[in-house]
This record gives sequence, C-alpha cells and structure tokens, in this order.
Amino acid sequence: MQYLIDIILLALLMTTGFAIVHMKSLLAVAMLTSIYSLLSAALFVVLDAVDVALTEAAIGAGISTILMLATVALTTDREKEPRHTPLLPLLVVIATGAALIYGTVDMPHYGDPSSPVHQHVASTYLQDAPAETGVPNVVTSVLASYRGYDTLGEVTVIFTAGIGVMALLGYRIHRRKMVREEMRHLIVLRVIAKLFFPLILLFALYVQFHGDYGPGGGFQAGVIFATGFILYALAFGLGNAQRVITHRLLQIMMAVGVLIFAGVGIESMLLGGHFLEYRVLAGDPVAGQHLGILLIELGVGITVAAVMLIIYYGFVSRRD
Amino acid sequence: MDSVIDVLSWIFLSGGAAFLLIGAIGALRFPDFYTRLHAVSVCDTLGAGLVLVGLMLQGGLSLVTVKLLLMFYFLMFTGPTAVHALAQAAWQAKQQALVDDHGP
Repeated sequence: MQYLIDIILLALLMTTGFAIVHMKSLLAVAMLTSIYSLLSAALFVVLDAVDVALTEAAIGAGISTILMLATVALTTDREKEPRHTPLLPLLVVIATGAALIYGTVDMPHYGDPSSPVHQHVASTYLQDAPAETGVPNVVTSVLASYRGYDTLGEVTVIFTAGIGVMALLGYRIHRRKMVREEMRHLIVLRVIAKLFFPLILLFALYVQFHGDYGPGGGFQAGVIFATGFILYALAFGLGNAQRVITHRLLQIMMAVGVLIFAGVGIESMLLGGHFLEYRVLAGDPVAGQHLGILLIELGVGITVAAVMLIIYYGFVSRRD
Repeated sequence: MDSVIDVLSWIFLSGGAAFLLIGAIGALRFPDFYTRLHAVSVCDTLGAGLVLVGLMLQGGLSLVTVKLLLMFYFLMFTGPTAVHALAQAAWQAKQQALVDDHGP
C-alpha cells in the first residue's frame, strides 16, 4: 500500500516535470512548479519527514510561487524560442542521468538500517537527544543544537540573499495608499484576507513555539509569518502593508535575527562554554539546552520572515 | 457501533472521492473557462468536505478530529474565495464565455 502511494506520487512528480519542460507559458510553469513542490511535500510526509514537508509546502508551494509570479509580472510570460539545436544539451542531460543512475547501483538498499548514514551519528542523536536537550522533537534538537553551526550558516545565507536582492533590485518607497482601480472592488477577497490574516499570524507563532514538540520551527514559522503580510499586501495594496511593516524595520529585523543566533553563541562562550554550547546558559544543562534552542529558533524565524518580506517588497515595488 | 461508524465513514470518503473525480472530469471536458471553473469549484468544495467528514469519523473524539474540523472550516472559506478570485481575474482579462446564440 505504501509503495502504491509512493509510485503514484513519483509518477505525478515526473509528469509535472515533463509538463514544466514542455510548457511555453511561464505563468503556467510557475503554477506547475508550485504543484511540484506540493507533491514533493506529500512525498516527504509519506517518508515521515514532516518538518521537511512543512518547509517544502510553505516555501516551495507558497512563497516561491508568489515570487515567481511577481517576476513574471515584471518581465514576460512567454518563453523565448531557443536559437540553437537541443541536441548537445540533451546529450549532456542523458549522460549525467545515466551516470547518476549508475551511481545508485552501489548505494545501500532503500531504508537499509545498516547503511553508513544510519550508523554514523544518527543513532546517538535518536537515543540521547530527548534526554540531553529536553526537546521531544529530535529534528529540532539536531537542527538547533547538535548541528547549530550549520543552521547559523543557513541563516547567514538567507540574510545574504536578502542583502543581495536589496542591492540588485533597489527599493522604492510607496507613498500611495490607494490600490489600483481594478483591485478596489474585490470585496470578497478583501473580507477573507482580513479574516485570515490574524489566523495566519497565530499559526506562525504556533509553528514557531511548538517546534520543540511537533513539526515546525523558525524556518517554517518565518515563512508563514511573511505569507500573512504578503496576503495583506496582495489584497490591500503594498502601500498599506508598508505602513504596518516598514522597509526600514525589515532591514533591522533581518540583522537582529542573525545577531540573536550568533549572540547566543557568544553568550555561551562568555559563560565558559564553547560557541553555541547551550548547556551553560542556565544552571541545569537540559534547561540551558532548551533555552538556547528556543532563542536561536526565534532568531531564525525573525530573519527568515524579514528576508522573505524584503524580497517580496523589492520585487513588487518595482512594478507600480 | 464501531462498524456502523466505519461504514458511515467509508460512505463519506468514497462519496467525496467520487465528487472529486467528477470535478476533475468536468475540468477536462467542459468547453470554456467558466464552466470548467464551475465544475471544479462546486465538486472540490463538496468532495474535500465529504473526505474530511469521513476522516473525522475515523479519527473519533480526539485532537485529530479538532484539527480536521479546523481544516474543514478553512477549506469552506479558501476554496470558494480562490475560485471567485480566478473568475474575477478571468473576467477582467476579458476572457470570453462560450455563449449559446439562442440563449438569454
């Protein structure tokens, strides 16, 4: 039964992939990539990777679709006709694909418990994490505590992406409070957006602070938080959204998140531990771990939300 | 009692699946944008709702059912709103409806 679901999902993924290659309308391609992400999220759920599924659904199917649509609105929605024959690229793709498939021959069997991946440190994490960190969700404790350096790197990458978009696209302040004429009579859309806006923010906070116990954490929560404001900006115009959350505030929050994360690391060094060694943060090592994880997840959430909104503002403010 | 709930839940689940299937067929077969949208919107809202009710019966009185109830609540809002937005956008983009010459 499980295999049947796997096969159906993978077949749908492949179909979507082919459709993306085949389509010429970039608008349709953007929607298809969203469907692709949603299917991948479903696949991750089948594989029991709910945290990854939540991230994929929020980022892949949600926010990146909006950003792609914003890009299409800025540029063009038709794909250019290629000027060269597709023979050479096809050859390269086939050769690479064949090499990759050849590579899987040597890989351990799917789900094999004796494969190196499951033997190295994973078993230690699975056994000791709940007792050592006091956090029931092992994914969160691995992400925030055992692999804290990697996560700090990831947050810095997101921070850099935000700066990159700001540097490339620039930014224009919106003084206009009115939305464009054709948007003004979308009463149904606006009522629903107003109704859902607080619920989305509430859900983001739930995902943020419930990440210790269930699937979720800073990355997902940040994206969901940003989605709430993007929905507001879509229905009520960018100018109104920016009166609530200004560009200046976002620039500060973007840096504050990374600083909270790195600051927790430095604080633990000042208290006599190593960088990002949360044990020393409180009297009790487990309580210290818990506190450290909570704080750095908060930093992650703040940076991710701010960067997503900065990218959205950057794209859309060029439009009108 | 359990078997009654099981049967009821399966009726809801297969009913929902049938509606979703009919909606999908309608989306493929109907002649123009608005009729297709109509097929998808009506069948999707009803189909997804029935599937969720079926799952709630499977879940029993638990936290899962509460979450499913919330999903049901959200779907009842978001589904029709999305379709409304699509239809509105199509109307503004001057998408032509297929009109019968003898019709009103």
